[in-house]
Amino acid sequence: MIGTKAARADDVWKVYGKGEAQVVALRGVSASFERGKFTAIMGPSGSGKSTLMHCLAGLDTVTRGTVHIGGTEVTGLGDKALTRLRRDRVGFIFQQFNLLPTLTAAENIRLPLDIAGRKPDPQWWDTVIGTVGLGDRLGHRPSQLSGGQQQRVACARALMSRPDVIFADEPTGNLDSKAGAEILAFLRSSVMEHGQTIVMVTHDPVAAGYTDRVVFLADGEIVAELDNPTPESVLEQMKAGEVLV
Amino acid sequence: MLRATLKSLLARKLRLVLSGLAVVLGVMFVAGAFVTTDTLGRTFDKLFTEGYATTDVAVKAKPKIDVSEMEGEQVETPLPAAVVQSVRQVPGVRQATGVVATDGARVIGSDGKVVTSYGPPRIGMNWVGTDDIMQMRQGRGPEKDTEIAVNEAVAKAAGIKVGDRVGVLTQLPKKTFTLVGVWGYTEGRDSIGGVQEVAFTEPVAQRSMLGETGVFTQITVRTDDGAKPSDVRDRIAAQVGGGYDVKTGEQLAADSSAEFKEALSFFNNILLGFAGVALFVGTFLILNTFSIIVAQRTRELALMRALGAGRRQVINSVLIEALVIGVIAAVLGLGAGVGVGALLVTLFGSMSGGLDPAPVGVPLAAILSSLIVGVVVTVVAAVLPALRASRISPIAAMQDVATPDRPLTRVTVTGAVIGAAGATMLGVGLYGTSSLWLILGGVLVTFIGVALLTPLISKPVVAGLGRLFSWSVPGRLGRLNSGRNPRRTAITAAALMVGIALVTGVTVVMDSAKSSLAAQAESTVKAEIVIGGDQNGPRPPTFDDAVLAQAGAVPGVRAAAGVWNDQAVVDGKRTYVNATDDLAELADAYGSPALPALKSDQMAVSTQEAAENGWGTGDAVKVQLPRGEEHTYSIVATYDEDAIPGSYMLPAAATKEFGITQPFLGFVRLADGATMAGVLPQIKALVADSPEVAATDRSSYIDQQAGTFDTVITMVQVLLGLAILIAVLGVVNTLALSVLERTRELGLLRAVGLGRAQTMRMVTVEAVVISVFGALLGVVVGAGLGAAVVQALESDGITDLVLPWTQMGLYLVLAALVGVLAAVLPSIKAARLNVLAAIAHD
Repeated sequence: MIGTKAARADDVWKVYGKGEAQVVALRGVSASFERGKFTAIMGPSGSGKSTLMHCLAGLDTVTRGTVHIGGTEVTGLGDKALTRLRRDRVGFIFQQFNLLPTLTAAENIRLPLDIAGRKPDPQWWDTVIGTVGLGDRLGHRPSQLSGGQQQRVACARALMSRPDVIFADEPTGNLDSKAGAEILAFLRSSVMEHGQTIVMVTHDPVAAGYTDRVVFLADGEIVAELDNPTPESVLEQMKAGEVLV
Repeated sequence: MLRATLKSLLARKLRLVLSGLAVVLGVMFVAGAFVTTDTLGRTFDKLFTEGYATTDVAVKAKPKIDVSEMEGEQVETPLPAAVVQSVRQVPGVRQATGVVATDGARVIGSDGKVVTSYGPPRIGMNWVGTDDIMQMRQGRGPEKDTEIAVNEAVAKAAGIKVGDRVGVLTQLPKKTFTLVGVWGYTEGRDSIGGVQEVAFTEPVAQRSMLGETGVFTQITVRTDDGAKPSDVRDRIAAQVGGGYDVKTGEQLAADSSAEFKEALSFFNNILLGFAGVALFVGTFLILNTFSIIVAQRTRELALMRALGAGRRQVINSVLIEALVIGVIAAVLGLGAGVGVGALLVTLFGSMSGGLDPAPVGVPLAAILSSLIVGVVVTVVAAVLPALRASRISPIAAMQDVATPDRPLTRVTVTGAVIGAAGATMLGVGLYGTSSLWLILGGVLVTFIGVALLTPLISKPVVAGLGRLFSWSVPGRLGRLNSGRNPRRTAITAAALMVGIALVTGVTVVMDSAKSSLAAQAESTVKAEIVIGGDQNGPRPPTFDDAVLAQAGAVPGVRAAAGVWNDQAVVDGKRTYVNATDDLAELADAYGSPALPALKSDQMAVSTQEAAENGWGTGDAVKVQLPRGEEHTYSIVATYDEDAIPGSYMLPAAATKEFGITQPFLGFVRLADGATMAGVLPQIKALVADSPEVAATDRSSYIDQQAGTFDTVITMVQVLLGLAILIAVLGVVNTLALSVLERTRELGLLRAVGLGRAQTMRMVTVEAVVISVFGALLGVVVGAGLGAAVVQALESDGITDLVLPWTQMGLYLVLAALVGVLAAVLPSIKAARLNVLAAIAHD
């Protein structure tokens, strides 16, 4: 049932290079991500977890297989359609925050809507701003904000357009544990309270503990899944994985 | 360290190509100037050597007024036929020929128009047969007084052939002759250096070119075999006495060539001046490129420092980079300069009508100046960035590259001080000493001062300009980007400012002069009809003076008078003088207060000139005209310098001793009740036989007077176009580097949904804002400089200050277009970025 899935990959292959230099990053991965769920993709370096996320988000093309966001098939879309898709239906949170230094926090949050030429829904705006807790810092530029604050701005930016799915790539990778915990709690609550779908790539079991489900990747294949994970159960699975390998 | 430097140099090819291009263009102009001058110099050497090949010794009467090639046309003093006889007696002389050969024989072509010349003279001569290098192509030399022969260059330009009836203008009004022969020169040449030649029989040549028979302009001597020309020259000189210049053919060739080279060096200096402007602008571009490169390499340089590289080594690393670019660019510029030189020589050759250019050569001066200029400019521009690079602390390698914006206080104070110094130099130059160097230096220093102030100015102005584009998100992002690095924006804009300021400044001065002149003519010239023509060579267009009397007799004409012009030595000083057929009539026709008619020993002087020399009415002044003996004229009247053209007005009798014995201007005033429609056609009919001039109404005359300034403006615009082109490269460069620097940001924008077209628009807005800012600065600074010059020239008659608003607006619009063009490649690059790779970009 496509309608209930926010994002779905069907037998996705991703091959880089040719001949001897050929590297297979994804080997027939099929996975779906339910609406209103917080999913983590985990795996060791080189397992293909980032590649999978990029393919799901329409940032990278797949070699074989199909990817859907909501009811739309992403694979095969042209640049224009992909741009629209990213603008209207996908949100991003990066490890490096990636805010525009020339814009204030508020302008950064509004940027995707501005690009689309839409006005933010005032009620939703207040809700998001209230939840991120940036009230008095909205007029500041990124260089005047701490790392945690910057990442919260990035989160608010991703939430503001109410996308079908938000992809977060190691969102806490550049933060200390306290700021990281705040961000994760915030993501968790946006799933719980607003039904937001989030797919997060991480290698941190603690971060994975905030999610509803963990998908484990190794060598470009899904090797395990874990529902309602805790940091402990994740760690255990990771250890088991290592033994397996 | 050297290897690391060279490797990082190769890794940034595009940036280096762009900054190197500025040096290439500047050096190209420098080398081009030297190559052109050298090649033309050798062309003229060859030309004159050939021109005098059949002359062993030449005798000329000493000129009454010495005029060099730069200052106008030398008028030859006629040499009596008796001298030819006496030269023939001198031992060693095999043959002595009396020759008439002087400028001013204008052939009327088959289309009824005078065959023009933009440089080479139009010689009228007596036919003395062919010599070693002349070849008869058709027919024969003139034998009857109604016959002429011409060289092939004239025949082709005029479209005439043997048997045609051909009109010729000389010192005499138009006469019609039968063309009986056409000659050319060896090696299939139509002329020597594009000179137009018309040969008459001897008496006709004497009458038409010199105004009297029995005289020549020179004696051409062939010596006996075995006689040394210099010995024969000395013997002839002793024979003819001190009133004559006796020179060998070689001497004459060298003298003529030297005079031309003097003119060429003037041309060379103009080209070098524009090359200087181009390089000055190029310096900004290189400075900017290196600053950006250093900023981008912060991490790399800091790493080197952390690994133990000394400050000195870091400085050297940047300077070596500059040196390599400088040398490569200089060599490329030299190559391009040779091409430009060849092009200019060819252009010059074809424009002067058949000049046969010497093979293009590369003089040592071109090589040395190219290398020195290219390397010095590049290295000097790289010094500041190099010093900055050396101050990067090793710790910067570990941290993010975010260098905080340095405060602008120091650069602003320095800019204000330098700007003030420049303004002072300019002020002293304009009002005090009137030294051109001080003025030019002042302009240059002012530019540097303004450039240093630009970062401060850029903040509010760029923000203001950017508001125009803020209606769209890409526009707003572009505006914010352009205000992001005030120094970089400022230097880029300042480069554009220099070119546009110079063009605007020149336009302000020229337009003001034009308007002042027109206003003055408007208020002083009352004559409704003016007879005159466009001067497009060394010789002014003239007309038959009989027209004046005929015009005076036309019903409805109240007064008609003409003006002659030439150089003369007045009271020991060389100056331009005018003469008129009737001063009383001229005053009436021109509309000035009444003046008396001049008797043949009387003159009138402008009040201003009289005051300067301490003369009053009744004083006697000695005047030497180009021909004849010195005369003493008594001053019978003075007039305001605006009331009558020229400072000196001589009587009609004096015109016989002018180099050009025909009037170049005629003024006709209508009687009360007479209409233009009734009179103008009749006056036009009168000048029909003088095709160099036309009778026009007063307003076309005024427009025509002012038209000269437009030519200068166009010329300056074309030459400064190069400086502006370099500035445009600067905009491209800055943008390309900015796009590169902001790869990650662009990736993010694309990731959150900025479309390709929007990305391109964002980059374009940044470019447009920077260019328009530069143009705005240029227009303001240029208008300021122009206004200062106009102010200073007020006493010289430039009383109107005209700001060319249309032109200035046009520059702004052009700047916006330039911005769009400059953004094409960088914006395509930005739009094509791979989103994923961009975000991952370090």
